Amino acid sequence: MALRTETPQQLDEAKRISHIVRRQSGRADALIEVLHQVQELKGFLPPSALHQVARELRLPLSRVQGVASFYHLFRLEPPTRHRCAVCLGTACYVNGGADLARELEARLGLRLDDPAGNGVWALQHVSCMGACGQAPVLVVDGLMVTRLAVDEPARLAHQLDQAGLPVAPGGVS
Amino acid sequence: MSGGTTRLRCCDASGCRSVGSTALIGALEAARDGLGLTAQEVTIQPVGCLRLCGRGPLVAADHANGAMDLFGGVPQELAAHLVREVALSTTVSPPPEASPLAAHWIDPAHPFFSLQKSVVLEGCGRINPESIEEARAEGAYAQFQRCLLELTPVEVREQVKRSGLRGRGGGGYPTGLKWDTVALQPSGPRYVVCNADEGDPGAFMDRSVLESDPHRLLEGLAIAAFAVGACKGYVYVRAEYPLAIERVRLAIRQARREGLLGEGIAGSTFSLSLEVRVGAGAYVCGEETALLHSIQGQRGTPRTRPPYPAQSGLWGAPTLINNVETLAAVPAILREGGDWYAAMGTKGSKGTKVFALSGAVANPGLVEVPMGTSLRTVVEIMGGGVPNGSAIKAVQTGGPSGGCIPAPLLETPVDYESLLELGSMMGSGGLVVMGETTSMPAVARHFMSFSVNESCGKCVPCRAGTVQLLQLLDRVVNHQASPADLDQLDHLCQMVKHTSLCGLGQAAPNPVLSTLRHFRAEYEAACRQPSDCLALTHCELPVP
Repeated sequence: MALRTETPQQLDEAKRISHIVRRQSGRADALIEVLHQVQELKGFLPPSALHQVARELRLPLSRVQGVASFYHLFRLEPPTRHRCAVCLGTACYVNGGADLARELEARLGLRLDDPAGNGVWALQHVSCMGACGQAPVLVVDGLMVTRLAVDEPARLAHQLDQAGLPVAPGGVS
Repeated sequence: MSGGTTRLRCCDASGCRSVGSTALIGALEAARDGLGLTAQEVTIQPVGCLRLCGRGPLVAADHANGAMDLFGGVPQELAAHLVREVALSTTVSPPPEASPLAAHWIDPAHPFFSLQKSVVLEGCGRINPESIEEARAEGAYAQFQRCLLELTPVEVREQVKRSGLRGRGGGGYPTGLKWDTVALQPSGPRYVVCNADEGDPGAFMDRSVLESDPHRLLEGLAIAAFAVGACKGYVYVRAEYPLAIERVRLAIRQARREGLLGEGIAGSTFSLSLEVRVGAGAYVCGEETALLHSIQGQRGTPRTRPPYPAQSGLWGAPTLINNVETLAAVPAILREGGDWYAAMGTKGSKGTKVFALSGAVANPGLVEVPMGTSLRTVVEIMGGGVPNGSAIKAVQTGGPSGGCIPAPLLETPVDYESLLELGSMMGSGGLVVMGETTSMPAVARHFMSFSVNESCGKCVPCRAGTVQLLQLLDRVVNHQASPADLDQLDHLCQMVKHTSLCGLGQAAPNPVLSTLRHFRAEYEAACRQPSDCLALTHCELPVP
């Protein structure tokens, strides 16, 4: 008999994933909803979780992996501790969203859409948050920050400070 | 609603929430209690979208005498002031200059409000979106119950056909015809689906309806289900709209509790269950066949049509797919009659259309106007033009599938056909205003990089063609293009347009084609050697 090597926390998480699957009655068409909930639980979708979901929904792993990698919101790598999303939708773009993204790259000392970010923060772009009336907008750790003063450096710096975005050691405010 | 009391309606949709409306509502309630006033004397009501999103958080003050004032950008510190003014006086507009509220007062008679015609947005900003009681007091589900008890599915479809309603998601397919197609399929199970995967950047009409008046949408969907004989339905909402998802789920639970969904509704033999399905960030899922795959828990890739979903959709059964705005128009159409709806708008495009106005515009927000209203009326008279008073250069309609309409053509009436003639499209209704400083090739590149990101990869013209187009546009934007590149750009656009599998690929070249057509001079000026560009003689517009 193989020795169990899971930690108590892993066992607990496996149980919780089983619970998530059971709550959807184990229906294969609920795969996307199951993946959403697993990601909420673990922060991302590690291979072990995808294997478990495939087994319990009685789907080939290729199908589960295929869906998880298709949709932009599913993360297959562990996320950084903090995350910032800059909107590059049309309204934000017209109101300086691209300049804002450059400013954030400099401030945080990282590159846009690099999932590893600076190790603590990662910056990704989103295509529209539907908050076009408040453009340009950011989402910092789940909180939306609106009407950023891209043309006024001092005010912008203040707004970014308020939003909790630090100036990274190598970054430029 | 009830006359004689003073009421403060506070926008509690996500636009205003992102600028502090939740805290403001709390401050207003505290201020009211602090002044020793009761909830009966001053009602503070969270409501849906009050339209002028750019000035949020918005508060509408209904005075005891029936007058209405609107305030925008109200800081919490002025909460007590606002409650006192509206409760104790009948501050009828505008407040005296000395009042700290004067800077926040918005004229409710401004064309932004006065030129609107609310049909889909009737209940937005009037009711608490989380209260089925308030929705029903305004008439929600009355038409659904009338359908169940007094009308046949054929009669319901007849009214929708008479209304001339066309799909508001962008395609413009006649809604009544689609309903007929589904209803007339051989007997067996059927499904209804509401497409709430509003992915076009610059579009927030559907989000506003979902967050502000979810019961209107559910009623429209329930009526559609009755009209086509479906007993199961889905609302597919994009994951980027958490508040909308929460409110639709709540609305479904409330409707079920009141017996408006479930088995044997209102004593009839009709049963309907509705379920929310949440997307996961794939723009292509707005395409109907991709959306169906996604509901079934698969990758959101489109497939060839026919068969159309109306013939073979979810699990192979006939499936009706309509957009949020289309379904939300249905209750009013049944209440007032199809002819009433058809009396608004133009010959080919009936009724009203909701637009989300944003970009370089003084009054960003949500407007609902009769079809046929000119773009100039919407963006200049209602929208107030570019904030610093400079000229409008172009208006972008239809998102990444649409095009840029140059300022000289703004007299164009908004309807499906006129916009198509100009190389753009109605799309879902996002209008993004661009000022003189916006470079059109850069805008085209912006959209192309969106399409590259969102291409699902199933067909080659879209997967590879959009990448090639982006590289050509990079050359233009970086002033490295040659006249031959412009020809190549045009040629490749035509190829991608005509050979892609689904609407995403077929429409991806539109932003390039429309800017090449209306702003060719900008592309030519961006060539490595402008003197190479013989085509300069064909400029339609002066070089800025």
